[in-house]
Amino acid sequence: MTEALNYIFLLRSEVMLILIMVVLLIMKVADNGKSNGFWVGAINSMLIVNCIVGWLPLQEGILFGGVYKSFALGTFGKNILNSGVLLISLVSTQWLRNCRHVVEFYLLLLSSLLGMFFMISSGNLLLFYLALELSTIPIAALANFSFEERRSSEAAMKLILSSAFASSILLMGISFLYGAGGTINFEILTVIMNNSPLMIMGFVLIFVGIIFKLSVVPFHLWTADVYEGSPIPVTIFLSVISKGAMVFVFAFLLYHVFGALSNSWYFLLYYLSMITMLTGNIFALRQNNLKRLLAFSSITQVGYILVGISGSSVEGLSSAVYFVIVYLFSNIAAFGVIAQVANKSGSEDIFALRGLAKSNPFLAWTMAIALFSLAGIPPTAGFFGKIFLLKAGAGKGDIFLIVFASLNMIVALAYYLRIIKAMFMEDSETELPKISTGLSFQVAAYICLAGIILTGFSGWLLTYIGELGLGL
Amino acid sequence: MNLNLLIIFPLLTCLILLFVKDNKTIKSIALGGAVLQLIFSILLFVQYRIQIAHSSSKMIFESNTTWFSTLNINYHIGVDGISVAMILLTAFVVLAGVLVSWKVEKMTKEFFFLLTLLSAGAYGFFISLDLFSMFFFLEVAVIPKYLLIGIWGSGKKEYSANKLALMLMGGSALVLVGILGLYYYSSSKVYGFDLMSLSTQMIPLDKQLIYFPFLFVGFGVFTAIFPFHTWVPDGHSSAPTAASMFLAGISMKLGGYGCLRVATFIMPEAAHYYSPYIVILSTIAILYGAFATMMQKDLKYMNAYSSVSHCGFVLLGIGMLTPASINGAVLQMISHGLMTALFFAAIGMIYERAHTRNVNELGGLLKVMPFIGTIFILAGLCSLGLPGLSGFVAEMTVFIGSWARPEKLYRIATILSCASIVVTAVYILRATGSTLMGPIKNNSFSSLSDAKWNENFASVLLLAGILILGMAPFVVNDLIAPATNNIMLNILRISNGI
Repeated sequence: MTEALNYIFLLRSEVMLILIMVVLLIMKVADNGKSNGFWVGAINSMLIVNCIVGWLPLQEGILFGGVYKSFALGTFGKNILNSGVLLISLVSTQWLRNCRHVVEFYLLLLSSLLGMFFMISSGNLLLFYLALELSTIPIAALANFSFEERRSSEAAMKLILSSAFASSILLMGISFLYGAGGTINFEILTVIMNNSPLMIMGFVLIFVGIIFKLSVVPFHLWTADVYEGSPIPVTIFLSVISKGAMVFVFAFLLYHVFGALSNSWYFLLYYLSMITMLTGNIFALRQNNLKRLLAFSSITQVGYILVGISGSSVEGLSSAVYFVIVYLFSNIAAFGVIAQVANKSGSEDIFALRGLAKSNPFLAWTMAIALFSLAGIPPTAGFFGKIFLLKAGAGKGDIFLIVFASLNMIVALAYYLRIIKAMFMEDSETELPKISTGLSFQVAAYICLAGIILTGFSGWLLTYIGELGLGL
Repeated sequence: MNLNLLIIFPLLTCLILLFVKDNKTIKSIALGGAVLQLIFSILLFVQYRIQIAHSSSKMIFESNTTWFSTLNINYHIGVDGISVAMILLTAFVVLAGVLVSWKVEKMTKEFFFLLTLLSAGAYGFFISLDLFSMFFFLEVAVIPKYLLIGIWGSGKKEYSANKLALMLMGGSALVLVGILGLYYYSSSKVYGFDLMSLSTQMIPLDKQLIYFPFLFVGFGVFTAIFPFHTWVPDGHSSAPTAASMFLAGISMKLGGYGCLRVATFIMPEAAHYYSPYIVILSTIAILYGAFATMMQKDLKYMNAYSSVSHCGFVLLGIGMLTPASINGAVLQMISHGLMTALFFAAIGMIYERAHTRNVNELGGLLKVMPFIGTIFILAGLCSLGLPGLSGFVAEMTVFIGSWARPEKLYRIATILSCASIVVTAVYILRATGSTLMGPIKNNSFSSLSDAKWNENFASVLLLAGILILGMAPFVVNDLIAPATNNIMLNILRISNGI
């Protein structure tokens, strides 16, 4: 009995999600015409409970013969993702209230999150693959949630096709590794990893499969279209939660399982990070659609994360995780404001933000601070995140990469400033009315702002992440 | 003395401003904050003089707190004479800037918020002894400038604001590369950003040669090193008066201070190696700035280009690497800060009344606004280096220091830079002549009023600084001499072979 309890306790993040989903299903069956507002409120309160449970004292351990492992950094990552989902839910309350199938929306969202949790905790390649699929397929359904819009279905189609493509590559890599090593267990693979051609082949294919999901150039082409077509909550989920989970897994795989091949992957990361930053920036410069702009900017941010990961394991990992937290707050705030404005003006273009500083100062300043954080300007947390990533990358001693990355920060600033300019320095012909944001949005916005400002100064957070280590 | 108060005062002012609605109260709070800063800076100056008398350490009022322990990043602060002088300069300019922007009505709260935030960044920069926090504060000061110019500016303000923000960010990107490079060479075992411990280490020459240009040019962008000076004319001329004063008076000094304190102090061997290049570039800036000023019709553009020229003297002084020249560079930073701030204030007052800054359209203003006219003339005379005003002291010291270098290149550079003073005299006198003297060109000018109380006060404040520096240069010289000596000791270690 105690053993069963122990199992549940180790699996608590996953169990909590499953519980919420079951409760939702039962409530939906017993539904007698409850309003969307009720559902959103109920689910938000469940998500809050979920967040709190996540921070209960930690226990590490291995389950099911090494298939599933619970470790400190993984649990920390899951908690971050949990809070991110709660924030997304709060930010997009308005959209959700008008959504036709709100329960189904959450069911899909949470099952995708469940997949990510299992992916983070996976101890062998099979669970890793299954979890990855579980995390991807629901998102494709979510991307289609603006039923009336053509581009929403287009986004879903693109996402499912490109994901299938990436998964098949990944699966091929997994079979190569299995063929070369005779095992799918991460621990054993770590030990037997070597430079044999088959191993390298397997590594490269898995690497490609993952960076596809991270939308690293040259596998980034799906990103902008999918971001643009999906409803905003799904876009935020894709850009923040999905990427964040992938970064955790990616760092873990590289430092741990493929640690023996560090020379090969340093080489790959070195060039990929450079073209990713540059391509993301150059395309972002020309965008007028805010979602597309932020999509390309998120590609650039991934480039920075790659720079950090290319550094030594302790520093690279802690700076990458730290940056994910920073990025989560900044991106949710920025997208949240876009959602509010788009809801009112019906446009997601940069021009829709004109004169926002006059009509809605709170929204404008929230957006500005979020953008400064994305651009890496102090005193926002983005500054610290960027510097730590670059510092981790500089540890390898290659100055060129750092020069390239820091010059890219200027290009990035140019398009963030375009948005700032539209909000603060331009007037629109049609004055935007005062937007009533609603309580939940304001709460979320204040949390994000506090996160953006305070995360940067909190030295303890970085220390804490560093102490969590790589885990098992 | 707790140096943190220098940052806490402005931040507290910002915080209070957030919760105030009434325009009048906002201004009073901003003014109160600025006065508090000035009082504290003067106290700091006095205390510093007392402390330094019986203390042998290089930095006074030091404190060191761990910030990011895993990365060995500390919040290390302390001041020496140069920093105290810079802090005083900042306090003077901030107070004057707040006073001259008394009439701002558009988004008043945001305006004073950004102005105060900018000053917090400057103070933080000057007291930092850790490269990380120094870089942090350097960048804190960039974005407020962008918004100040973009929102409250005039002319092609959006273009200028963009240009300024991107170029300054470019400068700080170079600085970032430089400090990351230094971090990994700080010592064999412990990495760190600490300025003082970095300065005592012998960083291998080949590494110095790589990272020195990044730091020097990076900071140099802030202080308008040629050919990265192009943000200066556009930025200064589009900015609202207070922002122009801040830009020229404080922000450009961040760069000069960084060049001296970070690049030259930590990597003196590389400074020797690159000294000819620095001297050539700064001589070009001096001459180019002076000649470009001659061609300007807009008063603000005029002062902006002359700032390029004057800041060239700062870099020239640093590049010469002699005790007197470095002393002169610091003096020039202070003098230029006060003088351009005063000049921009006077131009702002004229523009506010006459609604034009074009030299050809103005004329005879001395008759209608004698006070503003006098201020304008005094600032101009200071700019062309009239003895008794601060410009003379600073430039003279730079030239004396430069002449100490006997090599041919340095001699030529010194002579050419001296010659630029003639050009300065030409444009200053011409501008003064056509704007202030002669008949009143436009009938509407005759009804214009002279300076108000706030403008009087701001001008007198800056003028007092200029006069003190000009008449009694030893006050400032005694303050900065020990500090420049410390830097010189580092620079000389190469010839002594320590």
